Amino acid sequence: MQLPPGLHARLGGPPGAAEPLPVERDPAAGASPFHFAARRVRFPREHEFFEDGDVQRHLYLQDVLTQVAEEPERPRVPEFTCQVAGCCQVFDSLEDYEHHYHTLHRNVCSFCRRSFPSLHLLDVHILEWHDSLFQILSERQDMYQCLVEGCAEKFKTSKDRKDHLVRRHLYPADFRFDKPKKSKGPATPGATVQGSAEALGDDGEQSGGDAMEVSSEHAAPVPEPVAERRTYSHRIPSTICFGQGASRGFKSSKKKKNQQ
Amino acid sequence: MWSGRQGRLRPVGCAVEELRCRWREREAALRKARREQQLISKRLLRDDALEETEGGCVAMTLGEAEIQQFLGLAQRGTEEKEREKALVSLRRGLQHPETQQAFILLEGSMRTLVGLLTSNQALLQLEAARCLHELSHSEQSAVAEACLPATSYLLTYLSGHSSDFIELCLYTLGNLIVESEAVRRQLLPQGIVPSLAACIQSPHLTVLEALGYALSQLLQAKEAPEAIIPSPSAGSSVLGSTLPQHILQLLQPGPKLNLGVAVEFAWCLHYIICSQVNNALLISHGCLSTLGLLLLDMAGAVQRTDARLELLACPVLRCLSNLLTEAAVEIVGGANQLEDERVAAALFILLQFFLQKQPSLLPEGLWLLNNLTANSPSFCTSLLSMDLIEPLLQLLPVSNVVSVLVLTVLCNVAEKGPAYCQRLWPGPLLPCLIGTLAFSDTEVVGHSLELLQLLFLYQPETAEAFLQQSGLQVLERHQEAAQLQDRVHALQKTALHR
Repeated sequence: MQLPPGLHARLGGPPGAAEPLPVERDPAAGASPFHFAARRVRFPREHEFFEDGDVQRHLYLQDVLTQVAEEPERPRVPEFTCQVAGCCQVFDSLEDYEHHYHTLHRNVCSFCRRSFPSLHLLDVHILEWHDSLFQILSERQDMYQCLVEGCAEKFKTSKDRKDHLVRRHLYPADFRFDKPKKSKGPATPGATVQGSAEALGDDGEQSGGDAMEVSSEHAAPVPEPVAERRTYSHRIPSTICFGQGASRGFKSSKKKKNQQ
Repeated sequence: MWSGRQGRLRPVGCAVEELRCRWREREAALRKARREQQLISKRLLRDDALEETEGGCVAMTLGEAEIQQFLGLAQRGTEEKEREKALVSLRRGLQHPETQQAFILLEGSMRTLVGLLTSNQALLQLEAARCLHELSHSEQSAVAEACLPATSYLLTYLSGHSSDFIELCLYTLGNLIVESEAVRRQLLPQGIVPSLAACIQSPHLTVLEALGYALSQLLQAKEAPEAIIPSPSAGSSVLGSTLPQHILQLLQPGPKLNLGVAVEFAWCLHYIICSQVNNALLISHGCLSTLGLLLLDMAGAVQRTDARLELLACPVLRCLSNLLTEAAVEIVGGANQLEDERVAAALFILLQFFLQKQPSLLPEGLWLLNNLTANSPSFCTSLLSMDLIEPLLQLLPVSNVVSVLVLTVLCNVAEKGPAYCQRLWPGPLLPCLIGTLAFSDTEVVGHSLELLQLLFLYQPETAEAFLQQSGLQVLERHQEAAQLQDRVHALQKTALHR
């Protein structure tokens, strides 16, 4: 197919439309027995017109068609240790380290050292576990928010929330990131009890209970939240230490880490 | 900018002929599936480099006892490396359908796997996710559906940060989505659409491509036009989310455009648009403009790269063609944007590209050309002034389908009156037309007759030339054909009464 010279150049040129030639139709045009009429055509999803293109698309999906550029080899690097205080995991690839970091060190509660798969769950956890104001408010209004992205519902109790997750969102009844909190009293920010939006539980164990006991012995609650973007820190004045005498700064929870 | 990304699944050590044979078989199977409207494909993300470092020996199928053993070790082993290795062995075994079957029949196996998936040990989590991914890829419904208990967690992890892990979760979800309506009936209330809408803001190209894949699977579902695309009463929908804006952003031409990512999202757009739910909304978001610019960009890239541009061109052409039929286009003045000479140039450059690389896409390109010329005197004038009629004629011999479309476009030009027909003749048009009259395909001949009528009407000298070039003899061949005879006689009459 021979294209006129200068076509590529026109492509790179300025936008512009041709001044249209005058249109002048004769009623005899397309009159019986002829029937041509200029019209735009649309094809719906399943039309056979799309068959060839759809087949090409699926061949691509099934990777039978080869793609062009080579994917760069994943570099293996000399072994290195995770730099986070108290963590002694060793890695020989950056990808593995990235996943480890994001799983364990990224969304960490600065009160109780539990880690969460996402910022959202961490926020909910801090609110429901470590915010005494939350406890007070929840007696008067629906404060337990649905955990599903995009759902704005709130509930009076964490049980109500769980029922909602199961009924409305078809979540499993034993969803690991929603264990009910056994309340010790309204003003306890402590992490020593089971709470809602539980952290990643212990490896492979189905009941959260045991995991919580073990972790809580060693994860000292830190009354002063460390400077990460904890939006609820302003609710706890920095001078107040809830009588637990814990030192500030990270206290390494060696036992928990060693379980990995 | 146009560098593609290597598919992860490379066929290992196959001869070229064997590859072609496999390709033909697959293509035939896909065509059959398409005709039965059962076109389902899954993607498998298997890291060949990883396989190599694991010792490269062929993965064996595993029996129930071995599966149980590996699961037990992974769950309760004391040594961390030991636990990982157990899961790796399980994952390699799960590449085999027999192992997959044995796995799902073993009581508690999925529960254990989900437990490992949600453990706080990163590498165990990753391996568990890989196991799940192998299962999701199965052609056996029972195997894929056995993965359902994991979906709420897969969705939760989409809002994490580990890009490799998220990518894996997305491909797994994409495979599960396409499995059955039952699976989607669980995923939708679990909030898959808002999760994807949040995840699409990731800066990682690998995540975006995976997300596009998963979303395209969701949109391709049979019930998508009713249940997934518009705003249903409960929960959110694709058009009700921020997904359309983000998709358009990801299709903006420029240095950040990645072919693999763009292909997925262009297909997403196609499924949305051809479902004809609310295309006016897309137009209001600037869809026409974005796609038009993308068309120009692709045409510009044709000479510079050997990336598989046709993978992107196909859905883009479809989107543009279908959008042009929307009433909203007239109101917004969108069609005018496309009445740009550069669009004509781009389309013809792409047509030439298709002719060389993928002739089966010529009809789709010509469909767009029809929709651009049908109601647009300006675009028709561009074709004439830019000397694009002759290249168009060169496509006539390709196939009957292509001939019909070329003739339709020519009719679009000719029907606008004498000013247009004057520019169509003299020239190669008439001899070509006499050529197509000699075809046996009724539809091709029929369209040729329509074009002849317009030419005779608006440019009477063509009738004279027609006679001189023995056009009548060619016409005579069809004077008995039921669908053609009335028009043939009318033309004979017109030509002879000059």
